[in-house]
Amino acid sequence: MENLISLAVKAIFVENLALSFFLGMCTFIAVSKKITTAIGLGISVMIVQAITVPANNLILTYLLKPGALAWAGFSEVDLTFLGLISYIGVIAALVQILEMVLDKYFPPLYNALGIFLPLITVNCAILGGSLFMVERDYNLSESLTYGISSGFGWALAITAMAGVREKLKYSDIPEGLQGLGITFITAGLMSMAFMSFSGVKL
Amino acid sequence: MSQTRKKLLVDPLVDNNPIALQVLGICSALAVTSSLKVSLVMALAVIAVTAFSSLFISILRNHIPNSIRIIVQMTIIASLVIVVDQILKAYAYEISKTLSVFVGLIITNCIVMGRAEAFAMNNSPVDSFFDGVGNGLGYGLLLMCVGFFRELFGAGSLFGVVILQPLSEGGWYVPNGLLLLPPSAFFIIGFLIWGLRSWKKSQVESPEFKIQTVEDH
Repeated sequence: MENLISLAVKAIFVENLALSFFLGMCTFIAVSKKITTAIGLGISVMIVQAITVPANNLILTYLLKPGALAWAGFSEVDLTFLGLISYIGVIAALVQILEMVLDKYFPPLYNALGIFLPLITVNCAILGGSLFMVERDYNLSESLTYGISSGFGWALAITAMAGVREKLKYSDIPEGLQGLGITFITAGLMSMAFMSFSGVKL
Repeated sequence: MSQTRKKLLVDPLVDNNPIALQVLGICSALAVTSSLKVSLVMALAVIAVTAFSSLFISILRNHIPNSIRIIVQMTIIASLVIVVDQILKAYAYEISKTLSVFVGLIITNCIVMGRAEAFAMNNSPVDSFFDGVGNGLGYGLLLMCVGFFRELFGAGSLFGVVILQPLSEGGWYVPNGLLLLPPSAFFIIGFLIWGLRSWKKSQVESPEFKIQTVEDH
């Protein structure tokens, strides 16, 4: 249990997907103009991340790893080279299913999150989460924790960014720095602030 | 080479840079720029994937049903990335370890998808190929610029060759450690965009809010 908590703290603050690995930057920059939309997107990312990382973990353990197909009688087969294409397939399919389920059973939530869901398939934070899970050899419970907390970290970063940008638009910025330029510099300052967590260990 | 193809190749370098103007593909890029060698390999990988994915998607464009085009494009891109990943693992194992997950993340690099969707779906294969190479180059150029500053001032070397002798090795230069950390990449890109937009005024965004001055009244 203790190592799961420490993993979660690390994923949220120290190794924040957006601010220290630059993942999901396109959406991070594009959809951070208003706090409400940023929160909506953040929650969707968290939900999708919490489902896809453990799902990809299962795919890896029972289908792709060397010897993983032993239950089907192919104990020699190593399919790890198919990893990338299966993870992105799982992500695309799960996002589609999630969209349909939300539409059918939770219409208000669908109306709030619906527009962001297709965007999430190509959000690098989601695929990045799954790839980090593979690289760091997480087991099922670790990947569930990692999925939820890394998604939460991303949501936290984009919400904070939106808060800063809502105020920032009233400031007097040099012409060439307007818009994109100042957004990058703000992200840099936030990322520096998050670096101060790097000594924190539980 | 005809005029239009040259334009396809050169335009994305400065005038229509995918990172600085279209805000595409920043995702997997910044983390790999702490040294020039790694940035170069990453840039080459992205150029290869964008060029060939545009080519193949353009060849197939009349046979792809509109409703499932995204998944078809994804499959083509993912297969190309797998090829690149396997080649890197075979011939440049050290660099592929440093790049770690970021090679895989080329799949979700918005430039590849963006060019497939915006250009390759309604242009001829050869044009699409050039467009892919051009946009890959535009991305690579910015990546190399960032890598140049980060490696030169962060470690005092370029491509691993010592240029500014660091103090720890008997030289005079005190390396700026911040440049090797993530925040510096954000700053450098921000300043590069500032520079680019001061030069090419047409790229400046209009402010959402204007402070009223006394003269306005």
